[in-house]
Amino acid sequence: MTDLFGIPLPALLSQLLLGLVNGSFYAMLSLGLAVIFGLLNIINFAHGALYMMGAFLAWMGLEYLGLNYWVMLLLAPLVVGVLGIFIERLLLQWLYKLDHIYSLLLTFGITLVLEGIFRSFYGSSGQQYAVPDALQGATNLGFMVLPNYRAWVVVASITVCLAVWALIEKTSLGATLRAGTENPKLVQAFGINVPRMITLTYAAGVALAAFAGVLAAPILQVTALMGSNLIIVVFAVVVIGGMGSILGSIVTGLGLGVIEGLTKVFYPEASSTVVFVVMAIVLLVRPAGLFGKEK
Amino acid sequence: MQTGTAAVARNPLLVYGALFLAIALLPVLGVYPIFVMKVLCYALFACAFNLLIGFTGLLSFGHAAFLGTAAYAAGHALKVWGLPAPLGLLFGMLAAGGVGLLFGLLAIRRTGIYFSMITLALSQMLFFFFLQASFTGGEDGLQSVPRGNFLGLDLTQDLNLFYVVLAIFIAGFWLIYRTVNSPFGQVLTSIRENEARATSLGYDVDRFKLLAFVLSAALAGLAGATKTLVLGFATLTDAVWTTSGLVILMTLVGGMGTLVGPMLGALIIIALENKIGDLGKALAEITGVDWFNGLGESVSLVTGLIFIVCVLAFRRGVVGEALALIDKFGKEPTQTPAPAKKPH
Repeated sequence: MTDLFGIPLPALLSQLLLGLVNGSFYAMLSLGLAVIFGLLNIINFAHGALYMMGAFLAWMGLEYLGLNYWVMLLLAPLVVGVLGIFIERLLLQWLYKLDHIYSLLLTFGITLVLEGIFRSFYGSSGQQYAVPDALQGATNLGFMVLPNYRAWVVVASITVCLAVWALIEKTSLGATLRAGTENPKLVQAFGINVPRMITLTYAAGVALAAFAGVLAAPILQVTALMGSNLIIVVFAVVVIGGMGSILGSIVTGLGLGVIEGLTKVFYPEASSTVVFVVMAIVLLVRPAGLFGKEK
Repeated sequence: MQTGTAAVARNPLLVYGALFLAIALLPVLGVYPIFVMKVLCYALFACAFNLLIGFTGLLSFGHAAFLGTAAYAAGHALKVWGLPAPLGLLFGMLAAGGVGLLFGLLAIRRTGIYFSMITLALSQMLFFFFLQASFTGGEDGLQSVPRGNFLGLDLTQDLNLFYVVLAIFIAGFWLIYRTVNSPFGQVLTSIRENEARATSLGYDVDRFKLLAFVLSAALAGLAGATKTLVLGFATLTDAVWTTSGLVILMTLVGGMGTLVGPMLGALIIIALENKIGDLGKALAEITGVDWFNGLGESVSLVTGLIFIVCVLAFRRGVVGEALALIDKFGKEPTQTPAPAKKPH
């Protein structure tokens, strides 16, 4: 068996894959945050809680309604998207004229409420969610054994991320969206319903988080707190990448997942902090973030 | 027209003096001193935090890092090194100030919302460090920290400790009061109101922000160190990010940018946390809904709701609204509450 820096190759590759899986979640969440930030100018703290809701909805669908993984993969983002419409229309829209910190605090409050609700029903312990039948088992690639589900998570996330990128950069709908980011008043003057666009953008962003949550349900324990642990890392990812570029947040998310995975191999003690260390270094060298523009 | 209220409003020191005297009498009136001391520690924590958000316009989402650092540092100094209480507190405060300097140097490189995200991420990094380090006792925390003596005063007596804690609080509060009302504080306020303008007037904005950040961190540290002395333990709860959220809530409920607001907010939130389980049980009895019994286990549900209500309808907090009412009825203005408008 081949070794690389004294680490057996299969072990290295499996950690790399695990890193890519985590990186996919970072990428999808930071992508959603970036899209929402672009148009609404807010940081959606509730993103982590809505990701948690996606995972919980998948679990609840199977537990109470007998709906399988594939149905929930579509249904959970829809439900969370509708919840997003309510959040934006009922709560967020009143804060656009104020300092951005208020919308951060509001979405933080929403996070606490959602976590509190799920914790009051299910406690803090994790719920198990089985890997769907079609994706069980592993494929032997010769140089490593590839668990099918993990491969699916990476492929599905990258596909969705690239689809979002294409939608925003290559379609006329995306062009309107980008114009709205640049100058909402002018876009409104052209007869486009900007408030509705804002609502739907928020809904789409949080639906993306719920999609990531469903993907995560079979790999991670489904708990009320799974989202807030993730969202703080995603914040660091966002600071590292800067929110200026869609492709940038995808690349940064995946890249940091891989770095985290490699740290687990070479220096496991630092694996939980390495993203934050990278953030500190980036702040020193390039404060605006890797893909951000200095204001 | 000269009225009594106006005279008092023009001399806030009188109000503060009366307030502290009232607090000093609380144990005599039969209030449990440990509870008051706990509130005082969190009140100092919130006042220190308010120095940033209320008077400099910086939202730190990582202030638990300073509370936790000082709690562990003071606990270690008191328990392992056997330092006397004043030195232990000082060491905790210095440790928090040092961490504050490091965090501040990084965080002030970005502004606005990014500043909040960076402070949150850095504090989470420190949390993981505390989780893994050996001197913190990991999940168990640092237990049975001795109180010892404070300049010959036996602190194992709750009442003695109470007056020491009150003195520490007043000293911290006085420092914040002096800072806010100094030329330095005026520059901080100008940064809050219009950073570009402050820069164009020739102020080295980053230096002022950093100084405010370190001062706030050190004072938050004093609160954390004192808390360890009072309760006798330091745990991961002090450093976890929800504690950062809690201090934001205290300040928001009480009134950002007012001096007394954070104190009141700390009292409200701590009292709520203590009573929420009973409240849930009472509600369960009245409504017959069993779910309310678990309310004590999910305090975050209630604090989250308060957050949402405060942000939507009550941004000036209790004290801010009260001051606005006084202004409305023709009395002279005392303090400016935090601005709800965009700074640019």
